[in-house]
Amino acid sequence: MARSLVVRARPARSSGGRVRRLVEVVLLAVLAAAMLFPVLWMLETSVKENRDVYAVPAKLVGFDITLDHYRDVFVGPAGGASDLSVALLNSVVVAGASTVLATVLGVPAAWAYSRFTLRAKKDQLFFILSTRFMPPVVVVIPIFLMYRQLGLIDTQLGLILIYTAFNVPFTIWMMKGFVDQVPSEYEDAAMLDGHTRFQAFRRITLPLLLPGIAATAVFALIFSWNEFVYAIFLTSSQEVRTAPPAIAGLIGGTTVDWGLVAASACVFALPVLVFAYLVRKHLVAGVTLGAVRR
Amino acid sequence: MAGIEITSLHMRYPDGTVAVDEVDLSVGDGELFVMLGPSGCGKTTTLRAVAGLERQTSGTIHIGDTLVDDLPPGERDIAMVFQFYALYPHLKARDNLAFPLRAEGLPEPEVRRRVDEAARMLQLGPLMDRRPQRLSGGEQQRVALARALVRRPRAFLMDEPLTNLDAEQRADMRSQIKHLQGELGATMVYVTHDQVEAMSLGHRIAVLNQGRVEQIGTPMEVYDRPASLFCAAFIGSPPMNLLDVEVADGSLRGQGGLALPVPPGLPDRRALVAGVRPEALEVTAPGADGAVRGRVVSAEVLGDEIIYVVDCDGQRDVRVRMAPTARFAVEAPVGVRHVGGPPPVYDRDSERLVA
Repeated sequence: MARSLVVRARPARSSGGRVRRLVEVVLLAVLAAAMLFPVLWMLETSVKENRDVYAVPAKLVGFDITLDHYRDVFVGPAGGASDLSVALLNSVVVAGASTVLATVLGVPAAWAYSRFTLRAKKDQLFFILSTRFMPPVVVVIPIFLMYRQLGLIDTQLGLILIYTAFNVPFTIWMMKGFVDQVPSEYEDAAMLDGHTRFQAFRRITLPLLLPGIAATAVFALIFSWNEFVYAIFLTSSQEVRTAPPAIAGLIGGTTVDWGLVAASACVFALPVLVFAYLVRKHLVAGVTLGAVRR
Repeated sequence: MAGIEITSLHMRYPDGTVAVDEVDLSVGDGELFVMLGPSGCGKTTTLRAVAGLERQTSGTIHIGDTLVDDLPPGERDIAMVFQFYALYPHLKARDNLAFPLRAEGLPEPEVRRRVDEAARMLQLGPLMDRRPQRLSGGEQQRVALARALVRRPRAFLMDEPLTNLDAEQRADMRSQIKHLQGELGATMVYVTHDQVEAMSLGHRIAVLNQGRVEQIGTPMEVYDRPASLFCAAFIGSPPMNLLDVEVADGSLRGQGGLALPVPPGLPDRRALVAGVRPEALEVTAPGADGAVRGRVVSAEVLGDEIIYVVDCDGQRDVRVRMAPTARFAVEAPVGVRHVGGPPPVYDRDSERLVA
């Protein structure tokens, strides 16, 4: 009480406060510029003519704008779909399918881990999480060998399965937190009202979990969308390859078409940005029910 | 309505802890039966077993004439009210009430009729179109109670329904529940850790401790003659004074010479403990007839009464309930003596009532 009075008694804009604020703004501006410069440079490069891309000194402003690079992302040199557009489509299929699979498998599992007393539950959960401890590079060779035996090398199904395997533990852990926040009494009440346990989950708990599922799915989608190591090791043909290795493949050889690299990177970044923007409320807020006061 | 018969109920969790240990309870048709005990005593677990939300390790449960052990909760024809209300947060109060009826598949006009009836009984009128977030705790619990009523179940199970309410709402809801229960002639099993609630609501009280039933009786039986030292210490505010006593010269003597009347049929044993209610003692002037010497340690003035804590010769922290007219200063030398009939006496080793 006394403290808030002191704060209020101080003039709203003392000189000390103004200086402090100025320093804050300057620091934040410098930080923002440093963080956003690569993004800005990528955007600029993607719309520059090739001669401007290589211009010395670099042109930050005052260059001609062209959308040729963006055309080249989608249209091949001989007309028709380009290799990059095929790769982007592959990314959509692989990331989408693995996210759906991980959600369908992970959400009921998270519910079960949250609701039921299981033998060695903590150990099981730790085991599930531990599969994420290892860097992909460490296991990619054994997985390569297994996939060769199973005929999953250079297939979309192979990538979908490996991404699902990585996303399920994450989904279980994140969703368990959300399920824990939904009081189990809702399900108890619904069961007494004549529902089976599964109906109670589907009709009462699942709708309350939707924001959490959206948040979890976005993270799973971003992982699958961005994944590079498995994609480059386990796929090789243009028809199967996803966008990250395909874009990386543009660099190398005698000349690098930086404009095309930048344009394809922009196109690649866009879907995740749009998707995250659409579900941003859920990403930040998670579940806030407010109906139950503990 | 129907009675509930619980026989040798035993619940052991996978990790080996025993939550309920061979409990036998018999709840009469139309009875308001209270299960009272500290947290972790197994009262809620027992209730959840009756509801079918947890499966017992062994033992049987009958509701009416039906053996319900293998019935899912929805087929036991019972309603439950939870400590945290458990109103479906995405439904308005009205739809919360209708939910169990719609789940049953009743025709919509009948649903509306029953919902309106329950809303009238609990005076929910203006609350019916609000979602749970926009209701206070007391209002939410009234809606939850109405949701239990609309089903017209064979029995009501109440799991600490008033614990999360503030004192005023609690007293108000308590009388509403008692009134409704009487009016409907409903069988009700009511779980609480609050002995005031148990005393004021229950036709009978079962005191539970560590998964076992310590005592079953009417509120006055439980208050006057607690069956064990646990019950003696748990019921009453402040609780009984538990005084080490021995039989000497035809009377019970506490440490320091406090004289108590001998209850009839007291076996000749050495290690005895007398349970003396604070209102069965009296603070007097020092040296009064039959009083032991003592010193007032603290006085809690409650308006309608004063609770004195007195250090007596050989017995510390003796609590005495006095009318507010009797004023003794803290640190003042006083006398303490027993008034009224013989106290219940316990065996110190078995902790059970012996006389």
